Amino acid sequence: MTSVLRLDGVDRSFGGRQVLKDVSFDVTAGRMTGFVGGNGAGKTTTMRIILGVLAPDAGQVTWRGQPLAREARARFGYMPEERGLYPKMTPREQVVHLGRLYGLDAAGARRRTDALLERVGLGERADDLLETLSLGNQQRAQIAAALVHDPEVLILDEPFSGLDPLAVDMVVTVLRERAAAGAPVLFSSHQLDVVERLCDDLVLIAGGTIRAAGAREELRAAYTLPRFSIVVDGDAGWLRDQPGVRLVDLDGARAVFEVDPPADDQAVLRAALDRGPVRAFGPVTPSLAEIFREVNQ
Amino acid sequence: MNTFQATRLVAAREIKVKVRDKTFLYSTLIFLLLAVVATVVPAMLSSGPSTVAVTAAGAEPLRAAGLDVVLVADDGAAEQAVRDGDADAAVVSGPVVVADERAPDDVVSALSAAPQVRLLDPDAVDPLTAYLVPFAFAFVFFFMSQTFGLQIAQSVTEEKQTRIVEILVAAVPARALLAGKILAAGALALGQITLIAAAALIGMRLTGGGDLLSLIAPAVGWFVPFFLCGFLLLAAMWAAAGALVNRQEDIAGASTPVQLAVMAPFFAVVFLNDNAAAMRVLSYLPISSPTAMPVRLFTGDAAPWEPFVSLALLLLAAAGFLLAGARIYEGSLLRTNGRTSVRTAWRQREPIG
Repeated sequence: MTSVLRLDGVDRSFGGRQVLKDVSFDVTAGRMTGFVGGNGAGKTTTMRIILGVLAPDAGQVTWRGQPLAREARARFGYMPEERGLYPKMTPREQVVHLGRLYGLDAAGARRRTDALLERVGLGERADDLLETLSLGNQQRAQIAAALVHDPEVLILDEPFSGLDPLAVDMVVTVLRERAAAGAPVLFSSHQLDVVERLCDDLVLIAGGTIRAAGAREELRAAYTLPRFSIVVDGDAGWLRDQPGVRLVDLDGARAVFEVDPPADDQAVLRAALDRGPVRAFGPVTPSLAEIFREVNQ
Repeated sequence: MNTFQATRLVAAREIKVKVRDKTFLYSTLIFLLLAVVATVVPAMLSSGPSTVAVTAAGAEPLRAAGLDVVLVADDGAAEQAVRDGDADAAVVSGPVVVADERAPDDVVSALSAAPQVRLLDPDAVDPLTAYLVPFAFAFVFFFMSQTFGLQIAQSVTEEKQTRIVEILVAAVPARALLAGKILAAGALALGQITLIAAAALIGMRLTGGGDLLSLIAPAVGWFVPFFLCGFLLLAAMWAAAGALVNRQEDIAGASTPVQLAVMAPFFAVVFLNDNAAAMRVLSYLPISSPTAMPVRLFTGDAAPWEPFVSLALLLLAAAGFLLAGARIYEGSLLRTNGRTSVRTAWRQREPIG
């Protein structure tokens, strides 16, 4: 695993208000990195700094160990949060135009555009003016625009917002293809369930600082409490009196509890089996939403 | 992708979108029609040589003057021909010219002996032309810098409003966007002027009014460089005005200073064109020199070295405005929360690059 895109101690203020404080994290090749944070946490500013649209006050962004320069950024694909293309041009025209701005020759841009518009399911509407397309179709054109130059890195700000479930699946597939081809993919989202399903790595930002970053499973393990859930026949209320057990939640036959050492979970399971059948038992892994809540506190 | 290539691509897109814009197409078409009508219709209305009824005895001098001669038996028949509308005028013995309401000039002059004329200032322009030509220059510059300047501002605001600007500045330098827009608007303006001028010239040629052309040709030669530099200066202001706002509706407010800079020189030249001292000042001020200097050249008031000095001043001013405009443009391009003040844009430019 090689880290290819690295942020190192990035600070940024707007008119005296500090928006990013010492932001550092890595985006690794071939992996999908989910960038999660509340509104105003600094996601968009961070992405704009990576794209060179904004400059950091301090710190730097490196790409393969080199400070990021314009030539390298031309190989980045970017989808800003607030979408927009030219209303008076067709999807085909603008994707070709952006492809050429990214440095493709005319024939290459046209070839890539045709293939991509087909890929995102816009083939039939490719020659209608953008302003006549539905919002969903405009989003599809936007995705094609971010991919037209076959980028080495993908930076997507809220790529799933405003998409219908079919379009979400399409975008997910396209992004996975990119990652599988070895591109680092950084995407922000506040739809935590989508991020959880999709990402390999996670970066959690709150109040302009990175609260947690790393592989999804490692983060989960780090935030996992000694917490278990159990489903028995009958009432699980007896757990209350079990030594070393703290009941977190009880709902008839189901219970969630924490075990304080030296008591151990297997002893609790044996005690449950002594009382009757156990239908389910296992450790509780925190959902992304729970981790998110945790780091935001 | 270097800045130059990016500029060319941006300019090509602007032109492509503009030339299929129906408003632009129709307005160009209307201008072409107007140019043709203005040159052809007056010639069509003047109905050619008059028809004269005359007896065979008096016919010779009228024929020699190129008039349309109708031979009649006697003076009575000649007068009758005028009454019946068969002739514009009759010449009866005397000679006396008989006509309905007004004697045709060509008939009268055919029978008159013109005195010898000696002009002291043979090159002087006749007063009507001397008034119309400055007005035409001023109007062309005023109209073009207003129309195509506004187009630049609208295009800048459109990219901000749709937020595509964020993708654009991530792909190419902001300078290339600005340069491409100004280049495209300049090319379209020149193209439209050329087309209209060509239509007017063809109209004049067809109707034999070509002498005005040779008269204004030297002033037109100077008008082009002055037009281009003046256009550049105003274009920079328009682009900055467009970048300060987020919605098309707000352009009018933000561009008030620019509109003043377009309108004031126009009216100054129209109203002060016979005031030599005022015109001298106007012909050096960078904002009014694009219209005032060609006018002074046309009327022959300017010494041969004057346009060079004035053009150099204009060029310097245009360069200055372009730098300032680019700075404001870059400083406000990504500020999408309401209207940006010039001061903020100037101070907090992102070192995009």
